[in-house]
Order: sequence, then structure tokens, then C-alpha cells
Amino acid sequence: MAALATGGAVRRGVAPSFRRAGEPGLAALPGTRPSLRRGQLLLSSGVPSLDAVLGGGLAVGTLLLIEEDKYGIYSNLLFKYFLAEGIVSGHHLFVASAKEDPADILKELPAPLLDEVNEEETVFKSKESQDYMKIAWRYQNLPKMEASPAASSRFGHYYDVSKTLSPELLQSTKCHHFFLPEEISLHPNINICNMTSGYIRLLQSIQRIIYQEGFDGSHPQKKQKNILRIGIQNLGSVLWGEDISCTDNPEDIYSLTKFLYVLRSLLRMSLSACIITVPAHLIQNKAIMERVTNLSDTVVGLESFIGSERETNPLYKDYHGLIHIHQIPQLNSLICDVSDTKDLAFRLKRKLFTIEIKKLCIWEEAWKSKSLCVYMFAYFCCYFDFFTAASGHYYSVVE
Amino acid sequence: MIVRKRRRIQTLFRRIVSVGSLALLFHVFQGRFTLLRDTRTDGSFLVHHFLSFYLKAGCKVCFVGLIQSFSHYNVVAQKLGVSLPAAKERGQLVFLEGLKSCFEVLFKEEPPTGQPNPLQFIREGGSNLKALYEFVRTSLTPSESDSWKCPVLLVDDVSVLLSLGMRPVDVLDFIHYCRVTVCSQLKGNIVVLVHSSEDSDDTENELVVNALCHQSNLILWAEGLATGFCKDIHGQLKIIPRGPAEPSTERDLPRTYQYKIQDRNVTFFARGMSTAVL
Repeated sequence: MAALATGGAVRRGVAPSFRRAGEPGLAALPGTRPSLRRGQLLLSSGVPSLDAVLGGGLAVGTLLLIEEDKYGIYSNLLFKYFLAEGIVSGHHLFVASAKEDPADILKELPAPLLDEVNEEETVFKSKESQDYMKIAWRYQNLPKMEASPAASSRFGHYYDVSKTLSPELLQSTKCHHFFLPEEISLHPNINICNMTSGYIRLLQSIQRIIYQEGFDGSHPQKKQKNILRIGIQNLGSVLWGEDISCTDNPEDIYSLTKFLYVLRSLLRMSLSACIITVPAHLIQNKAIMERVTNLSDTVVGLESFIGSERETNPLYKDYHGLIHIHQIPQLNSLICDVSDTKDLAFRLKRKLFTIEIKKLCIWEEAWKSKSLCVYMFAYFCCYFDFFTAASGHYYSVVE
Repeated sequence: MIVRKRRRIQTLFRRIVSVGSLALLFHVFQGRFTLLRDTRTDGSFLVHHFLSFYLKAGCKVCFVGLIQSFSHYNVVAQKLGVSLPAAKERGQLVFLEGLKSCFEVLFKEEPPTGQPNPLQFIREGGSNLKALYEFVRTSLTPSESDSWKCPVLLVDDVSVLLSLGMRPVDVLDFIHYCRVTVCSQLKGNIVVLVHSSEDSDDTENELVVNALCHQSNLILWAEGLATGFCKDIHGQLKIIPRGPAEPSTERDLPRTYQYKIQDRNVTFFARGMSTAVL
């Protein structure tokens, strides 16, 4: 199904023989936006600045892998933003965890900031649109406002971390849960050699939902097509029955990579997108992380400043951590959209999680504020840093 | 006027450079094993190039696409001027979509007759790629009605087999069997993509890459720039001819070019000759 999404009716400008007939419904899926350059359908990850860095959004049928920061705080937050975006856009959710009950995760999702329409703006717009409608008069009678307040059709929303999602909105969304301790009793039907049983059950569960709800196009007459957002928390940790994150020489290093391969096959054939958080800092065997990166589409690493010496460093005072974009997929095209800069940092405020280019040079800040005392302070900071570094070196030589 | 003369010389030089040993990429040899290798970057543009090149040249192609779906290759091939569904219909292309086969072997009932699924090792374990080799052999063995030129096997990519639980020796056995059948018996070509990295911790992968380097006739090594990311130069390509001599003037010299990937083609230029710099 993702094959249809990635290569299908939303493309333009290339040989007409490729256009697939009879797929008008794909472009009208809620919460999605077509990327015309590549013929893909994009979803928002829940953080608009992350969407911008990833080239417009997450493609349907792909996997977003987040390498957790040390205490898992910000990766958990990105996980929740992804799920909240799914609820606000009206998608279906599948939440899997071995640590927390998915029902508890869903209760803690941040509430969206739905903005009220400005009256002045509407007056201005309607004046403009009346002139425009002289040519496009057939579209005069189409409604201008969104009818349902619950499902917003905008792409990308902002969330207020201090408030939780309203229970009514949660009730109206179809959410599927997978909590590993509760699924242990069921015997798996499929047989994948040498894979951890928790992974096998999870794959089976995902495939069953995709088939039953028709995300792979198997029930074409059923209902309007929708997207399935899959969220898997803390994959690769000890709670899934794996030992790659607790020993240097794990017994079975192939479970996680096989899981990701089978998951990839499920994603590519359905209208779904998946977010996985992996405790990469705990996995000592770096070969596994290299293979995991190769088997994922988008890989984002988070590095928070909590507990490190950078927390008190004046150079990083505006930011809460660094974000590393390790990989962006090159789908349906020879090139990929890579952002110009690789130095990205993130900052969390109550209503905003932004990712921006790291401003390391405090001279720039001082120059912008055009304040002499800030300039002198900056000069002194650098000089002081240099002085302490030099003297530290001197002492170690004397020892 | 001097500036104009300089520009003309530069473009002339660039054209000479591009015609020179890049001819290695555009000539249909026989019985060759070409290794595509990438480090710090994605070398799949080379796979797309070879797929469209061999289809245009009229060869019978068996494409083992383990890492991406068929529609991805199809969209890019359209941009390069080839239609993969049409090639499949006329029997020129045999496409193994690894992801779809994996789904079928795990979640669908096995058909009672016909070939076993090439990826059945995912379900059954064991460590041999025999079913995959049988698939390649039956697809490329010419039948009486075939009028195609030499058969070609393209594999994208071999590093995935290691992630699926195969040992390096199994992967090398598979490649060896394919070489015997495709290169020696059927006088065809093999093109294989591997990922590698200099300071990689993945020793199994490095073992496979080194072994394949020694077995290959031509290595195309796409590397990301050592100096970091650049918007105008996406990487550099080293062309390293190896193995038995062919009647070609540059048979022993490795050449390095820098490249920039665009929407429908890739431009190559000598190092330092990018338009961003000149």
C-alpha cells in the first residue's frame, strides 16, 4: 500500500504511463501532505521544526528511529508528540511497550494548541478571495472553514506539554495496545528462527491489525483509508527479553535486526509509519547499531545536557541538548533533501519544542545585542576558559 | 577574454576526464564481477545506474532487491528512462522484492507447488542461501526463446544478509556459487553493493567486503568527502580496475572523481573542478 502511496497518483510531471488510475482518495488522507517532487505522502512527526529538518515530514511507509538520550526524557517526549499528532490528525494508533502500560502512555499525551481564527484575517482573506473567484468561479461555493473541530486537517501542530489531551479526543481515536507482560500467555503462530518471542508476538500483532483494519488495501470497499501510526517504546532494552543492552557479548545479536527487517516489510506494504526509541547508549556492541541504522529509514540521535558539564556552560545556556540527524531516507529519487547544516540543538519550552541551528559563538550574540558589557563578558569567558585549560595542563605536567 | 579562454579550457578538460575511464561504466563487458562499495554515504545511485544501463543494453537482468520496495526502483528507473514493469512483462527483468518475499514466507501459507521462497532461511534458520542461489540460477539460465544478451545479476545489498543471521562464510559461498554460474558458465556479469566503513565495529561485514574486493574485477567506491559535508559535492568515486587484463589503456590505474547527484543524472568531475569552487 505504501508502494501505491510512494509511487502513485500524487506525482506530476513525468511520463503519463506511470499514473495509476483510480486512486483519488490517497491525496485526501487527513493529516498528510503530498511531496510532489518524489511522489510520496508525508506525515508530520509532531514537531514542526523536526519536519523541516527531515525534508518536509515523515514519508508514509517508513520508520523513524530515535536513539534515546541518557535518561530517556526527550526521546519519550518526541514519542508522545508523534502519537499526539496522530490523534489530532485522526489517524489510528498502535502503541507497544514493555515498560509502561500503553493506556497510561496515552493518558499523558500533550494537548494541542488549536489556534482561534483571527477575525481581521478572515475579512482580508474573503476580500482577496472574491477577486480571485472571478476566474475560479466554480469553487465559489466550497466551504472555507473546517467543519469538525476535533480532527484538524492542518499539517503539523504545536503542543502544550503542561496540559494533557482531552479524554474525549482520546475516546474518538482508535488505539491498539500491545503491553508485553500481558501478551506473554498467548502462543505465537508464526515461526521466525531464533528471534526473541516478544518480538515475534509484536510482529504478529502488528500484522494482524494491518490486515484486519485494511491498511494494506485488503478490504478496498470497507471504509475511508486512514493511516496507522505505530509507536514502539524502548526497543532493544532488557524488558523485551534481549540482552544486547546489558552485556558486551550478547548471545543473540540478530533478533533486533531481523525484527527491523520484517517490520520494514510490513511498513512498506501498508499505509503506516512507525516510531521506535532505542536505548543506543546502552548497546555496547556498536556493530548492532550500525546494522540497525542501515535497516532504518530516518535515524535521529538525541543528546541531552542533563547531568553533563554542558548544562552549566554559558555557551549552551539556551539549549537543552543536541540533536544529530544520522540518516534521512533517499526514497523514489537519486538524491535526498539534506539540510545545509549539521549542527542542530533543541530547546524545550512549555508550548514549543524547537530545533535550531546551534549558535555556539557568543560573540554573535553579543554583537546582535550590541551591548558592550555582554561583549566584555564574552571576551572574559573565553579568556577564562583558555586560562583554566592552560593551567590545568601545566599542573598535570608538574605531577 | 582571458577569463573566457580559461573557462573553455576547463570545460574541455572536464569533458576529456569524463569520457576517459568512465567508459568502464558504460561498456558491456562479459564475465565481470563489479563491486559497488560505499563509505559514509549512500551508493545506491550506482545500483540504479547499472540497472537502467543493462536494461537499455538489452541484457537479461536478475535484480535481487533486498532493502527497498519495487516501486522505489521503478520511480527512479522512470527518471533514468527505463520502465521496469514493461521489462518484467517482456521477460527481460526478473525482480526479487526481498521485503515482499519476507512477508510471504512468514505470514502467508506456502503454495503447494512451485519454487520454495528464496528467503525461507528467515523462517527456517539454518545458514545457507541455497534457495536464493537456486532462484538466481533458474532466472538467468536462458531458455530457447530468449534473445537477450549476456545475463546480469544485481544484488542490493549484501550487508542485509548479514543482518538476517547469515554468517560471512554463507554470504561468500552464495557469491561464489553465483560467480561460477553467472560469470563462468553463462558468461554474464555480476554487480553487488556492500556498505563498509573504515573504523567500523562490524568485523563480519568488513570480512565480507575485503573478500569481495579481492574477487572483483572492478571496484567502484563511493565515499563521502573526508572534509565533511558539502552541498555541491556529494562525494567522491574511486574507480579501481582489478583482475585479469582487458584490452584497455587505463587498466591498472585507479581513478578518483568527485560527483554531484542531480534529479535525473550524476555529474562527475575531476577533484577540485566543481563549479562551486571554480
